[in-house]
Amino acid sequence: MEKFNILEGIAAPMPLINIDTDMLIPKQFLKTIKRTGLGENLFFEMRYDQNGNKTKDFILNKDHYSKASIIVGGANFGCGSSREHAPWALKDFGIKCIISTSFADIFFNNCFKNGILPIIVSEDLHQILLQDAEMETTSTMKIDLENQKIVRNNGDQLDFEVDEFKKYCLLNGLDDIGLTLKSADKISSFEKEYSDKFSWS
Amino acid sequence: MKIMAKSRTLYDKIWDNHLIQSENDTSLIYIDRHLVHEVTSPQAFEGLREAGRKVRAPNKTIAVPDHNVATTSDRLTNFGSEEGRIQLETLDKNARDFGIHYYAVDDIRQGIVHIIGPEQGWTLPGMTIVCGDSHTATHGAFGALAHGIGTSEVEHVLATQTLIQQKSKNMKVEVSGELGNGVTAKDITLTIIGKTGTAGGTGHVIEYCGNAIESLSMEGRMTVCNMAIEGGARAGLIAPDQKTLDYVKGRPNSPKGEKWDKAVKFWKTLFSDPDAYFDKEIFLRAEDIAPVVTWGTSPEDVLPITDFVPSPDNFQGSKVEAAKRSLEYMGLRPGQKLQDIEVDAVFIGSCTNGRIEDLREVEKIVKGKKVKSGIRAMVVPGSGLVKKQAEEEGIASSLKEAGFDWRMPGCSMCLAMNPDQLLPEERCAATSNRNFEGRQGRGGRTHLMSPAMAAAAAITGRLTDVRDI
Repeated sequence: MEKFNILEGIAAPMPLINIDTDMLIPKQFLKTIKRTGLGENLFFEMRYDQNGNKTKDFILNKDHYSKASIIVGGANFGCGSSREHAPWALKDFGIKCIISTSFADIFFNNCFKNGILPIIVSEDLHQILLQDAEMETTSTMKIDLENQKIVRNNGDQLDFEVDEFKKYCLLNGLDDIGLTLKSADKISSFEKEYSDKFSWS
Repeated sequence: MKIMAKSRTLYDKIWDNHLIQSENDTSLIYIDRHLVHEVTSPQAFEGLREAGRKVRAPNKTIAVPDHNVATTSDRLTNFGSEEGRIQLETLDKNARDFGIHYYAVDDIRQGIVHIIGPEQGWTLPGMTIVCGDSHTATHGAFGALAHGIGTSEVEHVLATQTLIQQKSKNMKVEVSGELGNGVTAKDITLTIIGKTGTAGGTGHVIEYCGNAIESLSMEGRMTVCNMAIEGGARAGLIAPDQKTLDYVKGRPNSPKGEKWDKAVKFWKTLFSDPDAYFDKEIFLRAEDIAPVVTWGTSPEDVLPITDFVPSPDNFQGSKVEAAKRSLEYMGLRPGQKLQDIEVDAVFIGSCTNGRIEDLREVEKIVKGKKVKSGIRAMVVPGSGLVKKQAEEEGIASSLKEAGFDWRMPGCSMCLAMNPDQLLPEERCAATSNRNFEGRQGRGGRTHLMSPAMAAAAAITGRLTDVRDI
């Protein structure tokens, strides 16, 4: 996995609440057996009209925001299905960080597995960042994972929280399976004891 | 003095039993059952191959195609799309290459993964069950800790039979009292989401309890737990009781003989201690629950069928914009009577409501009646065995006589990855679980409801109070 340390980029405002994974990547694109190439169809139904032309008013179609690497999104971002195609599509498009007041559980986890940092902020901070994102001139932000800071365009630094283990994995680009297999002996001895106790399982 | 063990919830007990190691807030838990379908697994198997890894516990891994399969009788040769065909073929190859349990499309036991898990006795109380599908919460009806995972986690479980997790908080949803006429498990679960919101359960595992929950059949309990994810919860649970044991007993993969006795003894310890702590508690009176429908594009947009389409002004904050957008998408105007809303299609099926009891409910409503002309009404049994049973009970012929299209098992129009889809602006009374924009087909308009309510809508051609039928 790609390492995440400092990200500087344009933040796109998407204040709509309950942005679900069907919006992020509709079902017709889940038929792939690859992880790549989904970016083109990110937010498909909002981004393209029935004839396949780009919709003018959709934020990521606007010249400036088409280069966004951050989304400041509405509450309960990523609700719905467990499809990891949602973070794959975001990543393929170039989004590496999402800032919201809340995230759906599975989506939140899926982001970390793909080098995307989801940041939970308070309502107040969210409003500030949303306003920054809405103005092209202030929409560039810096995300410093190591120091857990969001640096606004005007230089203000805002703190954010992140789980220590997830931070460690992102900073070092670590793959979970490799890490877990370091505990292979522990898993084996647990499994043995467990299957003795719960023989039917 | 005897030292009393700390009181624990059902979730705490299952968690503790499966905890391999824990450091700070990050834990490694053991997984008992891993269910696999064709959409969220190909990249995981590809990952295993690339790393030269095997499936650690093929005996605990069960695969079935369900999302993509066509529900028409020509489905062995008709895949809807070339990509769909490749995805189904990939699961077939992966299942055989890695030696996991597999129910192929032409096997009568094939069906929606969350229906066949319990049906085949893979789902047992006290287990940890995962699947690359958010509706894995269904299995919580058996007192198992069951939840959806992403594809990276699918690969992790395949390789290690464990999952890296942070423990969730405990939430209790108690529904007490007696359910009114026409009120079903679906109405309970939708009403709960309407009350708590789609993020109300975020970070929590919900335990559903109270005598209204206990009074439900296993099928009804699965419907309730199935939609825990729609309320934002990681999982939903119901403590096992005699009904659970009766359902599980004699299933192909449930324990037998001495193992059964030992298992039952253990399963009887699976309940929340009387003074266990819950971080959040919600109480509902069964008498306050009516047959409900959704009017918007989020499962929290729930109202009793006797109500009216709300105005965005009724809401606050960011929900105002969301409601405006929903009403526009749904083609509805504030103040419209819900029962005046006409439908074009009826979909009965899905992991929420594709079980035999659901089909029996539908039959009760439609027997001797006709689907209103011009309405396309489809019934998709949740598995080949549900289909067979419904045919043996005469349900299939009643439904066909009424004008329903009787299909082969699969996820069908719940998520429209297969040929079953709504057309733009086509309005559907659906027994599935999500009314998101485009969920059942681009521009399609979904109203979620119980099987009985969907059956009533099929007869009258509009959203209908089942109590009036």
